[in-house]
Amino acid sequence: MNHSPSHLDDRASWRAAFVLAAIVLVGYGFLYSLAGTALGRVLFPHAATGSLVEQGGKVVGSALVAQPFADARYFSPRPSAANYDPMAASGSNQARSNPDLRKRLDDALAAVAAREGVAREAVPGDLVTESGGGLDPHVSPAAARLQVARVAKARGLAEADVAALVERHIERRQFGLFGAPRVNVLELNLALDARAR
Amino acid sequence: MIEILLVFAAAIALGWPLGLYLARVMRGDASRLDVVFDPLERLAYRALGTDPRRGMSWKGYARAFVVSNVVLGALVWLQFMTQAWLPLNPDGAPNMRWDLALHTMVSFLTNTNQQHYSGQAQLSYLSQMVGIVGLQVITPMMGLAMVVATLRGLFGGRDAQARHADGERAPTQVPIERDLGNYWVDLTRATLRFMLPLCLVWSVLLTSQGVPATLERGPTVTPIDASAELKQQHIPLGPVAPMVAVKQLGTNGGGWYGPNSAMPLENPTPFSNALEVLAIVLIPVAVTFMAGRFVRRRRFAALVFGSMLLMSVASTGLGVWSEGHSASAHDIALMEGKEVRFGADASALWATLTTQTSNGSVDAMHDSLAPLTGGIAIVDMLVNAIWGGIGCGLMQFLVYLLLAVFLAGLMTGRTPELFGRKIEAPEVRLLALLILLQPIVVLGFTAIALSFPSITANSNPGFHGVSQVFYEYVSAFANNGSGFEGLGDGTYWWNLSCTLVLILGRYPALIVPLAIAGQMARKKVAPESAGTLHVETPTFALTLVAVIVILTVLQFMPALVLGPVAEHLSLAVS
Repeated sequence: MNHSPSHLDDRASWRAAFVLAAIVLVGYGFLYSLAGTALGRVLFPHAATGSLVEQGGKVVGSALVAQPFADARYFSPRPSAANYDPMAASGSNQARSNPDLRKRLDDALAAVAAREGVAREAVPGDLVTESGGGLDPHVSPAAARLQVARVAKARGLAEADVAALVERHIERRQFGLFGAPRVNVLELNLALDARAR
Repeated sequence: MIEILLVFAAAIALGWPLGLYLARVMRGDASRLDVVFDPLERLAYRALGTDPRRGMSWKGYARAFVVSNVVLGALVWLQFMTQAWLPLNPDGAPNMRWDLALHTMVSFLTNTNQQHYSGQAQLSYLSQMVGIVGLQVITPMMGLAMVVATLRGLFGGRDAQARHADGERAPTQVPIERDLGNYWVDLTRATLRFMLPLCLVWSVLLTSQGVPATLERGPTVTPIDASAELKQQHIPLGPVAPMVAVKQLGTNGGGWYGPNSAMPLENPTPFSNALEVLAIVLIPVAVTFMAGRFVRRRRFAALVFGSMLLMSVASTGLGVWSEGHSASAHDIALMEGKEVRFGADASALWATLTTQTSNGSVDAMHDSLAPLTGGIAIVDMLVNAIWGGIGCGLMQFLVYLLLAVFLAGLMTGRTPELFGRKIEAPEVRLLALLILLQPIVVLGFTAIALSFPSITANSNPGFHGVSQVFYEYVSAFANNGSGFEGLGDGTYWWNLSCTLVLILGRYPALIVPLAIAGQMARKKVAPESAGTLHVETPTFALTLVAVIVILTVLQFMPALVLGPVAEHLSLAVS
């Protein structure tokens, strides 16, 4: 039987290493990426190109990227550590024990409470904290409801109408199982603008 | 809560058949898929210049592993440093500085994916598709190949069955090396028949949820509210979905965008989050089932799977409780670093699974987690065998297993042996080396960095500052890649010191156990007797878990107390 060491192939094969590198970089890297990209583009063209949203035929943003809203006529998104710039996307990376975080949250609570005309205790946490990527497109339903009175007043609309619009924009847990209920701020604000026209 | 149970149930329900399939692939069994894959593989073997029927000794196998890593690493390093001159760079990423390129290359070559850069701004589409994705596909398969060869060795080599059939008498120390398989063949089969098809499925599923898949440059838009400070917003896109698929499935963890899967474009919906978190554990779970079928011992799979599941449930349970169900859940800062669409439970589930498995992707910023949740993440990475990285996790588990057998042998006064082969002084010496390497490297570098506050560039003061530095080195050594990312880590110090730690955490951990298996393969098999220690029992599994906890956690207890524990207590007081 052939169990002698010569049966084993123990050469340090540089050729194999270079060929493997070529297979990995071109095949497993580039061609695999192309295949995945092509499949995605063909099957889900809208989702594959950034879930862009339009207003009056013009691309105004992505449903997956928060935009800044400062005007009282708009619902406010969560604060952003990246100042809403996707090229600089980042969280604050501040620890719970960091005094700077505590001061920032304190200031934000006071500012939001004053803006919405409510007590500090009524402000939901997601509206004063910065998200992981700094571009969270959503706020919690509570955070959206909190802003209804202010937005309605600024736009001269009935509070009930704005409240109804918010309720319609609440996305439930996906399939009733996954994640948390939420409101997409950009889509809500676009719907507000669409009513005004 | 139901989401967490669903993820575990799906990981086991899918991991089982996948593991059995993977065992057939690695054994080289005939399959109906041969029609598709045989021609491709024959082509690859001819190009590689290897005869698929000829195996390698442990030395040849390890040499092939090292040589393939050196060549791949050099090429990718070169690519990162010249990407600005290469095509497919619509967002104008500049060439990487040599030290950052070196760290990035080593980090992806070691299946770590620690990132000291922000992908959407600092890597071209081509660098992501070729260098990053190429390494993300192949490095988990390298880990898998190494552990498969080690398993072959522990059972006497690939030709052991045939030898016994020949009626060959094995002398005490067989002079010849045993056949542990062909490295190039193992890699090719595992990648083509297992990894790539799975990644393509995940890529399409993720795109359906909104993860971009395009080669075009994203648009630059004018935000609707003209009164806001930001006047132009560029939406960075790219062939993101295929990369995120392999990043999650291959225990890689390095994301397309800087904030990883916290970025809505990388992880758009709660369902994409569930898919991605399932992908974190799926193959590591499948590998435990693969191991049992591969060596044809169902009880061995039960031992590995049971011990890992026990530790996984304990760690995940503690993490989820600490984050969203203990007193810290009422902190106004709960959502700092988290995304509304996921909430606290899904974020804590991800944080624990990603550190158990050596994945290292994140869907919430770990710096801002409750201190004890961060502490649990560190412990997960110290153990590094609760599922663990693909291949590496099982490898580390085998190291613990050999040690536990040795210790149990000492306690009961029997000669320690595993699967009928004696564990003797040379093997134990190698094991001790591996076990001591971790505290020396991790605590050593942590101590050096903390002694020079100017080089640590902490974003947080106090106890958390200690945790940040400790976490960075634990993560590098565990080849995990997650981080307390507030650390200003794009410096010469961090790039070069972490590069060294990454290498020390990867290569000894894969090569030393293979060497041990190579030695064990040559030993005489002692028939089972009444005196044999049975390792595939619940009692021994508990002993093993105790050994793991004592070995890894206790030696790092002082560092854990100075970091996360102290921070937790300081919060509780104030």
